[in-house]
Amino acid sequence: MNPFRLIGAGVLGFCANLGGIVAFASRAIGRGVTPPYFPRQYLRQFLDIGYYSLPVVGLTAIFTGAVLALQSYTGFQRFQAESAIPTIVVLSVVRELGPVLAGLMVAGRVGAAMAAELGTMRVTEQIDALTTLSTDPYRYLIMPRLVGGLIMLPLLVVVADLIGVMGGYLIATLKLGFGSVEYLNNTFRYLQTMDVVSGLTKAAVFGFIVALMGCYHGFYSQRGAQGVGVATTRAVVTASILILTSNYIVTELFFSG
Amino acid sequence: MSQVKIRIRGVSKRFGANVVLAGADLDVEAGKSTVVIGGSGTGKSVLIKCVLGILEPDAGSIQIDGVEVVGGRTREARAKRAECGMLFQGGALFDSLRVWENVAFRLTHAEGVKRPEARERAVETLRRVGLGAEVADLLPAELSGGMQKRVGLARAIASDPQIIFFDEPTTGLDPIMADVINELIRRTTADEGVTALTITHDMQSVRAIADTVAMLHAGRIHWHGPVAAIDEPGDAHVEQFVQGHAEGPIHVDVAAE
Repeated sequence: MNPFRLIGAGVLGFCANLGGIVAFASRAIGRGVTPPYFPRQYLRQFLDIGYYSLPVVGLTAIFTGAVLALQSYTGFQRFQAESAIPTIVVLSVVRELGPVLAGLMVAGRVGAAMAAELGTMRVTEQIDALTTLSTDPYRYLIMPRLVGGLIMLPLLVVVADLIGVMGGYLIATLKLGFGSVEYLNNTFRYLQTMDVVSGLTKAAVFGFIVALMGCYHGFYSQRGAQGVGVATTRAVVTASILILTSNYIVTELFFSG
Repeated sequence: MSQVKIRIRGVSKRFGANVVLAGADLDVEAGKSTVVIGGSGTGKSVLIKCVLGILEPDAGSIQIDGVEVVGGRTREARAKRAECGMLFQGGALFDSLRVWENVAFRLTHAEGVKRPEARERAVETLRRVGLGAEVADLLPAELSGGMQKRVGLARAIASDPQIIFFDEPTTGLDPIMADVINELIRRTTADEGVTALTITHDMQSVRAIADTVAMLHAGRIHWHGPVAAIDEPGDAHVEQFVQGHAEGPIHVDVAAE
């Protein structure tokens, strides 16, 4: 096969998908900001995305903080820089690991569930049924999920940050011989507002991406069990790639120069 | 001369290279039950989805009570579509909602009826389709196929629509339950003067519920006449379909199937 044709088809497919996603998001936001609103749907999404993700995000955060403290110690003790460990842990967790790992975990848990639920609703004509019942699917199904992702992931990341720092604190005080007060003082001494703001901004961007990918792939799921399976896989894979890509872009915007 | 409730003119719809509707014309008379027959994949579902606004035709005109509804973002068009109810082939019940919440969905989500009153009206509508109050709090997954169809019918008629669409209402049901559904449809349309547009290939159902019959073939309405003429239609295509013969002018490409 002609390689130019392959490249051309790939570029065209990418552009078509990108255009489709932008049009989908614009439609959802454009319609979703006008009434009617569906408070029960918003509440359900806040619970699904936020509350029910707490265990998995918390577990990820505590072990990440603990491993970070342990790894930093084995490296930093070689040149007597152990006192930097609390700062390294808090900056790594707040600026990078908290939002990125929470985003990836929520993409696996919530993004997949959104794609599977909406895909099944598409296949069983439940989305068509909404239209016949004078209810806009974008207002009822999509907007609550987008808003849920946008609001709940930053809140999850606040919790993840606290738990991650606690994980490092526990290892440092119980295993590595740090004093409790000394560790906490060093944790907060060099932490700046911008570190927290950048982490939470990333979380909001990742939350929106996870919800958008879950909704888009589920909403346009192909027929049959295979179609729903493909939609679910695509939702998780594209959300994960976009999280890592946008992480670099947001970091560049906040900290370059 | 009967009044035309739905006027369909030159409606075309294609999916990629697959031309499904190629200029379909049909008049649905007010207060009458019109049944569209045709083989699998001939575009029957696409036709009613175009009328309901679930799909947008590529060309043509669809008027309800003289109001153009194609591309209809106008208040008038939305109001006309709000007068329609639909029973989907698989029921398309919202599986996360209880039976009464499904039946009262339009009341609570589009008409602003409070939940206690909506529940009362849902239970009353369930009674009209032969279901007791005890099913109101069940989930759709806890119902048999026949009961799900009846709940779907209750949802379609709960807001007292002017027009009801039935998509393969008896598919997948045993003969007795199919007869129960046919009787419910007949009673709903005849007693309440509702206009009905049904698509099916169940000839027993056609004889039970139709006033007039239209046959869709090759993307167009090929034949249209009273149900009494169905056994002597004077058309080889209709004869072949009604009698269910493999031989005739309608060719089924077995290899392609």
